[in-house]
Formats: sequence, structure tokens, C-alpha cells
Amino acid sequence: MVKFKVNNDARAFDGDPSMPLLWYLRDELQLTGTKFGCGTGACGACTVHVDGNPVRSCSVAMSALDGVAVVTIEGLDRDGNHPVQKAWRELSVPQCGFCQAGQILSAAALLASNKKPSDDQIREAMDGNICRCGCYHRIIAAVRLTANGV
Amino acid sequence: MTYIAKTQGAFENVSRRGLLKGVVASSSFVFATRLMQGTARAYETGAAAMHGGVVSDPHVFIAIDNSGIVSIVTHRSEMGTGIRTSLPMVVADELEADWDKVRIVQAPGDEIRYGNQDTDGSRSTRHFIQPMRACGATMRLMLEMAAAAQWKVPLDQVEAKNNQVVHKASGKKLGYGELAAAASALPTPAIESVKLKDPKDFRYIGKGDVKITDLHDITVGKARYGQDVMVPGMKYAVVARPPVVGGKVAKYDASATLKVPGVLKVVEIDPPPAGPPLYHPVGGIAVIAENTWAAIKGREALKIDWNDGPNGTFDSNSHYATLAAASKEPGKTYRNLGDVESALKSATKVITAEYYVPHLAHATMEPLAATASFANGKCEVWAPTQSPQAAHDYVVKRLGLKDEDVKVNVTLVGGGFGRKSKCDFVVEAAVLSKAMSAPVKVVWTRDDDLQHDYYHASGFERLDAGLDADNKVTAWRHRAHSESFMTTFADGVDRMDLFPLGFGASDTPFNVPNLRIESGKAEAHTRIGWFRSVYNVQHAFAIQSFVAELAHAAGKDPKDYLLELIGPARIVDVASQTTDKFWNYGEPVSEFPIDTGRLRNVIEVAAKEADWGRKLPPGHGLGIAGHRSFVSYVASVVEVAVDSKGKITIPRVDTAIDCGFAVNPERIRAQCEGAAVMGTSLALFGEVTFKNGRVQQTTLDDFKLARATDAPLDTRVHIIQHGLDAHPTGVGEPGLAPFAPALMNAIFAATGKRIRRLPIGDQLKA
Repeated sequence: MVKFKVNNDARAFDGDPSMPLLWYLRDELQLTGTKFGCGTGACGACTVHVDGNPVRSCSVAMSALDGVAVVTIEGLDRDGNHPVQKAWRELSVPQCGFCQAGQILSAAALLASNKKPSDDQIREAMDGNICRCGCYHRIIAAVRLTANGV
Repeated sequence: MTYIAKTQGAFENVSRRGLLKGVVASSSFVFATRLMQGTARAYETGAAAMHGGVVSDPHVFIAIDNSGIVSIVTHRSEMGTGIRTSLPMVVADELEADWDKVRIVQAPGDEIRYGNQDTDGSRSTRHFIQPMRACGATMRLMLEMAAAAQWKVPLDQVEAKNNQVVHKASGKKLGYGELAAAASALPTPAIESVKLKDPKDFRYIGKGDVKITDLHDITVGKARYGQDVMVPGMKYAVVARPPVVGGKVAKYDASATLKVPGVLKVVEIDPPPAGPPLYHPVGGIAVIAENTWAAIKGREALKIDWNDGPNGTFDSNSHYATLAAASKEPGKTYRNLGDVESALKSATKVITAEYYVPHLAHATMEPLAATASFANGKCEVWAPTQSPQAAHDYVVKRLGLKDEDVKVNVTLVGGGFGRKSKCDFVVEAAVLSKAMSAPVKVVWTRDDDLQHDYYHASGFERLDAGLDADNKVTAWRHRAHSESFMTTFADGVDRMDLFPLGFGASDTPFNVPNLRIESGKAEAHTRIGWFRSVYNVQHAFAIQSFVAELAHAAGKDPKDYLLELIGPARIVDVASQTTDKFWNYGEPVSEFPIDTGRLRNVIEVAAKEADWGRKLPPGHGLGIAGHRSFVSYVASVVEVAVDSKGKITIPRVDTAIDCGFAVNPERIRAQCEGAAVMGTSLALFGEVTFKNGRVQQTTLDDFKLARATDAPLDTRVHIIQHGLDAHPTGVGEPGLAPFAPALMNAIFAATGKRIRRLPIGDQLKA
């Protein structure tokens, strides 16, 4: 039995310990804001926060989660008004939108640890999140905007 | 169903096809001609010739409730272009609706009701700007008629304004909610009585300040894509598919699979019928489970022997060699002007170059997924499809159901780029739901997605130019070799004809006296589809690179030489030079001609904005390319920096786009920004290779996509301003094609190295 929190709710899991967190979130909790993009940790679409750190939920087994706090896009801000989310809307970042939850969670984690990142630091931090529509121009601008206050 | 609707019987349900042709297509034609009589601005497009044609009846697209909430149906699929917002925005503007009161409703697949729904070909705005304006304006008229009737005043004394109708003399007002019932009960007025807005009165059209309708949901994780569909009682399936197209299951052993906790059932999906691939599932063994992970684990435990069939020897290296060999011989001529062979013989200088673009995968961020619920002889489907009518018809046929017993709901599409026009994955879900007697979601994993695509065709281009003593081009011969997408719909197709050649080859706009476009043999041994920009990728890459090579040989500036080759502003008459009907993206050339003035202009604007010729640091270079596609004109100037180890960075790209009247400038900008990134992906990394008929790439580590550190650091988009007299044209695709050649030309300027084979990969590595 693994005990942990998801978006502040206490959860327990005694299923297949090798199941990646991604599928637990999506299939069991129906928190589908966390996206499946590759299953190999290559694209970042499934990014969540585990104890505040950005983590690829497709690459973390349920057995590794005892005692941790997981935050998904649904729990980043109760009203959906985290400064990163507001900046994303201000600059109309998304195109298809599929990768954006992962992008937003990576950006939020960056800004939690580095309040004024340089453009190069932003690009480095966002490098694990692929956007096939190619929104990087606005992603970087939105992180910059968040850092400078929305 | 896209481009093939008119040319091939890909829809096999003859009765439905007949019905659509007989009823809807003709009414859309009537619509177009009537609108043309009614207003000076109306014009013909290719919309009426599309499967399902055009519908503009407000009874179909608009519903207003008694609180004044305006529901607008959008019948095109949202995959990131913003069309789910842009067309309802057009309706709302003509309707004088308050956008804050507008709710968007996604139409299921039903082309009899809604008109054509194939969201591809960069057609949505260019085909539906007129009908959607008419639709909104018609409803506005109906609301005004209802108000005039209620007040018992002449129609010309009332005016709709911002979700209410005003009696001009008295200032009395009735909200749309108060008028909804009476207005909706009116028969649709004749189109001749409908008055479109004066463009100066537009509230939303052309402004670019309406946010995309799903923006908030996307940022909070509530937006629902095909992968996210949840139906009560739903099971999850993954499928082991034959690794070679045309392959079949020889035998399989599922005993270990059935022991995996959570696995419920193993189902064999029948192989497709003999003949071309069409949109049939490729067959294979499906594992159905309580959750996706159990299904994936169950699939890993399957033991399957495959019969590969005749494509089992397909190999990308020998494919390249075959195309290269074919290029030495004349291909079939599809466009001819003058006598190119004599002109090459008498030229002062002949320059020849060969270019290659490999197969590419769409690699949408959302891997394919579809959910189906089959019960009591009816099937409901939820899928991220670009072509819901095709999905509907395939499910009808596969399950042997009636048209009215299949419903295809369209979810948000997490990236499409052409892949999700094909409904093989949707049919899988339907088959498996029936087999399981429960709702089933089929989830494609990333390796499934990369290995079972309808790939972008490879392209081998041989170009020969003859130059006279003044370095002027006197002969232009282009031998193109790509597998035709028609191979997906018909057997025996061994090369491109004027349909695929129309994507940037047969429409070459150069001012040369002798010109020939040939198509050489290129057989398909995999499923070929259409990828954003389609054959323009290879055609523009080759042509625009070659022009820069000619400029270099001539000792001239590449931009000046490109403009000289395009020649003076004029309308190019390609149609009289082609051997069969010239394909102009399905549009009448009378309304959407090849206008070299507009092509020249985007090149000049991009060059000016980029400060072409500016002094650059060592290792930097500027490159330019300008290309017409999807009846739009785009030019890009790319600045590249290549370091001593051959590492590329792209400090800046300037893209100028002329897409006629800019209906939603903000999304046009976004599409061009994104195109530069997709262009970076295919230029730097994009390559699908086959060995023993199998795709060798399985993850995003070996089919690489551009990341934040690869993408252009600064993307500037310059939209050519037009009034509504310039018809809106394509936006989703045309931004892509010029990027790669502009980048290659920049690399040449920076390093003196000419890249003729994509991707760049290690070619610049020191």
C-alpha cells in the first residue's frame, strides 16, 4: 500500500506497483489534464510536480510515491489563476493545446526556484517539453512575462 | 477525406455518395450563384466541389436561447489553427452577437447537415468565410424581421446591434433572447434578401482580439482531447499491429498476456481487404484491459509471428538509390513550355542539382486514440478526427450498420497535420467495442504512432537549368520523384500526377521561355498520407535551394536573382501548359490565380523587415525563400549561426505572409510562428527510415522534434494587409515550406556548405 497526496487529497494505492503515475492519474483518478505524449520521458506532456519538482509522470512507478505530494495541472491553482496560467492566457500561447499542461507545470517549477531566469535559463528549463505546434516563441515570452509580473 | 473526394471512390458507400452529390453539392452551387447575384463581393471557391459542399442555413448553425445565449455550431475540427474560434467569430460578427454570450458547439460528423468537414488543405477559412458570413447575416435578418413584426413597423426601421434589435426611431429594444423563439420559427429568408455587413462595421473579423475559445480550459487541464474521453464502463485497448504494411498475423500466443492482472480479453483484428490501404485498420492483435497500463503490459507479453508480405524487403537506402537512378531518365511530362531539351543543349552553362527529403512522421503530440460504444446495433464514437464523415462511413461499412445508427463526435485534436484525416484508429475502436460488448478506448502509444503512420512521401528532385551568357535562365527542367498519396486509394499508381505535382511543382511561377515539369517513377511500399504543406515540403526545398545555387553560380544576390527569375508582376497561366487539368488547390484560377506580384511582394517585405544584406557576425548567414502554396504567398528570411563544431542556432526568422484578407490575424501569426518550428524539426532532424519493411524509429529520441533550445530565438511575422476584395486563402500550411530552403540558403551563406539532403543531421559536424 502506497500512501500519498494528489492535489492535497490523501490517496492510497495497492495495485500494480510498476504502473506509472501517469496512468493512475488518467485512468483511475480521471485527472486527464496530465497528458500521455510518449511514455518514455522524452516529451514532457505528462509533467506533474512531485514535492514541488517537475517530474515526468510516465516514468515514475507508483511504488516510488510513498509519502509524496503530487500536484497536477488541475491542482496548480484552485481557480486556475496561477501567474503562469494567467501569462499563458495573456499571450495566447496554445495552438492545439495538448502539451500545454506539461509546459505550464515545467514553467511554474522553474519560477518557483528561479524568480528571474534569463532567456537561456528559460529555454534550458523548458527543453524537456516538446510542442509540435511550435509555440516556443510564446512559451518563452510567457515565462518571461510571469517573471516580470502579470 | 480531403483531396481525394472528387477523384477516387474512397467513400465506398455508393448510396450516400450519390445522395451527397445529388442534393448537397447542387444546393451549395445554387448558394454560391445566388450569393453572387445578391452581393458584389461574392465569388466562387472550390467549396461546392468538395464532398458535402457548403451549407449556410442558420437553422443548422445557430441556436439562441431565451436568455440571449447564442450557440454557434462549428463543423470544422480544432487541431491548433484556431478555426473552432475563427468561423464562429465570423458568424457572431455578421449576427451582431455579443461574443461574451456566444457558446461554441462542436458538430458531429454529418456532411449532409453541415457541409464539408474535412479539416485539411488549409481550406476552412477560404471555403467558409462566405457561407458563415451569410449564415450570421441571415439570422440577423430573421431577428430583425421578428422584432419588426412584434412592433408592427417596417423592417428598415429596425437594426440589430450587439445582441439586441433596436427600433431606430423610438429607441425601443428587444434582446436576442426575447426574439429567439419568433425568429427561429421563421423560414430561412432567400439569400438575395440578406445584406452582409460593411467591413468597416466588423466587430471581430480581421481584428485578432478574440481569444481562442478553449484557452482557459487548456491552461487548467480541462480541455478534452481524444485521449481524454471517458465513457462509463469503458475498457482500454492497445493493439500489436503488423510491422510491415500488408503484413498479417501468422500465429500468436496470448497465454502470458491473459495472465497479466487487469487484462480482460485478446481480440484479433482482421487484416484489411486486398487492394490499396485506404483508411482500413492494418489488423493485428488487440489487448483489452481495465486500464491502459495493463493493456500495454499485456501487449508486451504477446508472442506473435508475422507474415510480412511483399513490402518486407522495403529499405530506405535502396529506395533512395532507386529514385536517384530514375532521375537520370526522363520522367512523364506534366507541364511543358517551349523546348527545354534544345535550350539546355544551347545554354552557355548547365547547372544540375539533386535534393532529397526523406519520409516523415506527423508525430502529433497527442498519439492517436478513439473511443467507441457499440450496443444494440448502434455505435457512438468519440475521436480527434479531422474527417468525421469519413470516420462515420468507415464505421458504418465495417460494422454493417445503417448511416443513422453511427454517430461520430469530434473532440479537440491534439495536433493533426493530416494524420488524423485517416480514420483507421477510429475503426479499431468500433471493432473492439463490438467484440468486447462494452465501450472501448483504443490508445496508440508513441511507438505505434511513429510505426503506423500515413507517412509524408519522400522526395527526390533533380533540377537542371540552362543559363545564357548573361546568366539568365533560359531552361528549367524539374524531375520530381515522390510516392503519390493516391497510392493510399488506388492500386497501380507509380508516380505523382498533376494533383500531387500541384503542390509546388507544376505551378512553378518562373519567367523562363523553356520549362518542363516531369514526374518520375516512385513506388510506395508504405502508407502515404499528407503532412502539413504536403509535397510543397520537397518541392520548395529543392526549387528555392536551386535558385540560390544558380544565383551563386551567376555571382548575384540570391534575393535579386529569385525576383529576376519570378519576373515582372503578372498572372501566370499554368493551365494552358499542363498535359491535363491543372490542379490549383481545388480553387478556380479565375479567383485564385498565380499572381507573381503578390509573390514578389512577400519576398520584398520579408527582405526589408529582415534588413536583408545587413552585416552579420562571423559564422552567421542570411537565407531567403519565397513560395506560393494553398493559394497563399509566403517568404521567409532565416538568420543562422553555425559554430566551429557545426552546431546550428537560428537567431531570427522573418516571415511575410499574404493570405488575402486576414480574418484572424492573431492566429495567422501563431501559425507562422509554429511553422518555423516545424520547419526547424524537419530541416535538422526529421527522418523516418525503413529496413526490412519496418520503420526504424520508435521514440521521440530517434524521431527528434525541435525543442525550445533548437527553435528560432526570435520569430517575426509580417502579414500583408488587404481588404476583403482579396479573398482569404490558406494559413495552416503555407508557412512551412519556405523555411527549410531559407535555412539551407542561410547555412550556405554562413559556411559555404550546400545541404541538398534533409535532414541536416551530422552533415555540418566538424
